Amino acid sequence: MVEPKDEVPLNHSNATPVLHEVLHALQRLATLDEPTTIDLRAIPFGPGDEDALLSQLGTGEVKIELDTLGKSTIWETAFSGVWIIDHQNAESERIALQIEVAHVPAIIKAQTEDVTESLQLLDNQLNPNRTETTGLREE
Amino acid sequence: MADDMKRFTQTLGESLRERGVSRRGFLKFCTATASMMALPPTMVPAIAAALEKARRPSVIWLSFQECTGCTESITRSHSPSVENLIFDHISLDYHHTLQVAAGDAAEAAREAAMHENEGKYIVVVDGSIPLDNPGFSTIAGISNLQMLEETVAGAAAVVAVGSCAAFGGLPHADPNPTGAVSVSDIVHDKPIVNVSGCPPIPTVITGVLAHFLTFGSLPELDALGRPMVFYGQSIHDRCYRRPFYDKGLFAETFDDEGARKGWCLYRLGCKGPMTYNACATTKWNEGTSWPVESGHGCLGCSEPDFWDAGGFYNALSIPDSDIIRRAGVVAAAGVALGAAAGALNRSTRAKAAASHEKVTIDDLDKTS
Ligand code: SF4
Ligand code: SF4
Repeated sequence: MVEPKDEVPLNHSNATPVLHEVLHALQRLATLDEPTTIDLRAIPFGPGDEDALLSQLGTGEVKIELDTLGKSTIWETAFSGVWIIDHQNAESERIALQIEVAHVPAIIKAQTEDVTESLQLLDNQLNPNRTETTGLREE
Repeated sequence: MADDMKRFTQTLGESLRERGVSRRGFLKFCTATASMMALPPTMVPAIAAALEKARRPSVIWLSFQECTGCTESITRSHSPSVENLIFDHISLDYHHTLQVAAGDAAEAAREAAMHENEGKYIVVVDGSIPLDNPGFSTIAGISNLQMLEETVAGAAAVVAVGSCAAFGGLPHADPNPTGAVSVSDIVHDKPIVNVSGCPPIPTVITGVLAHFLTFGSLPELDALGRPMVFYGQSIHDRCYRRPFYDKGLFAETFDDEGARKGWCLYRLGCKGPMTYNACATTKWNEGTSWPVESGHGCLGCSEPDFWDAGGFYNALSIPDSDIIRRAGVVAAAGVALGAAAGALNRSTRAKAAASHEKVTIDDLDKTS
């Protein structure tokens, strides 16, 4: 039998320990500049727990959408430095849900190898007739 | 053919980039892979570095006395962009149900893969092996026993997928008419990983393959040969209904007040306390739910001989919380009591196995 929604408790109180973990992570970020990631897939949530956690964290002023291997939505919670990262695949199914406590989520930063490649690409676009393959000129 | 060769020599990083996946996408892939392997997020950089260089391993999948449920499970795994990328990246050289080739051509593919990847390929087995009469289960006229022995001879490792391959499963249930045994009853000289479950959770199957692909080694195993990351904790220890168990609040029937309030299902036969698996966290069907969350007790499907462990709807014994309440002792004594209840539960199981209890229609209909 599937539990009727109105009969079960709103949540099973599993959000509170996670919020304490977030508190300690914020302390580490504030004092040691050390980021933390919490994988919510590893937490035994019952019905309502995830909603309770997300609603207690609230939403802040930044929301980012990432479009690679499906959509990812990243938003800052009402607590600055506490981010929710919701990775989905091309079929819009969730493949990971994490809390990242950091100044900027690591996946947002442009990756060094991609920067080098884009330098080459843009240079090729601006100089389509040039034959040499190195991107930068010394002028 | 040239394309095949290229795919074979390409690293995973190269093949992803060829498909236009950016490093950011690769990082997302590694994050989901770490989550799938139940590894902490701090491992993501190490996983990224290893996967970047990972090469395609050859996999030979043998299906013996089985129901194809394990293959159904993995092919319905719910994160195509991640698990399929991993599945795409292994070279699945032989699999009855999935391969196009049949008959001699199929057997030739198996032999070619064994020959070309001597000492390096992985053998995945689902289903148990009948020993009473080789004719009970054959493939292309080859008995399961012979095919297993000759295929594992040159393998790097064997992954026994599902409770049948891991422990004998349903075919091994009393009275075991075919003399069914598990892979580890036959193979003694190769590393074996038991990915038990009836069927196993799809992400657990791919998680183990991803571990091999990533690190080139097998994950840490428990006493029954199962990966600790997925089978290290009991269903009961990770169950969100556990607070009700600890308070002694139990559903007595499937439609009473306790059932509606989501109380513990122990008295309705939940085998969570004896069962080690990742259902309570990984869940099923795109992480939607799992048996206990849907209101049904755990059947104990990832444990040896779960078919003979008593009726699915019979409680194991008295729960710890009742012992604690009746004895009027404090929770600190829980460990010793837990051990006592564990022993009780084991004897209940042994008795049930001896008398071969069956589920009756009354069990399914249970009213108080
Ligand atoms: S007995 Fe079953 S339902 Fe009850 S807490 Fe344990 S695993 Fe959950
Ligand atoms: S809840 Fe129990 S019976 Fe169900 S799949 Fe998980 S381990 Fe098997």
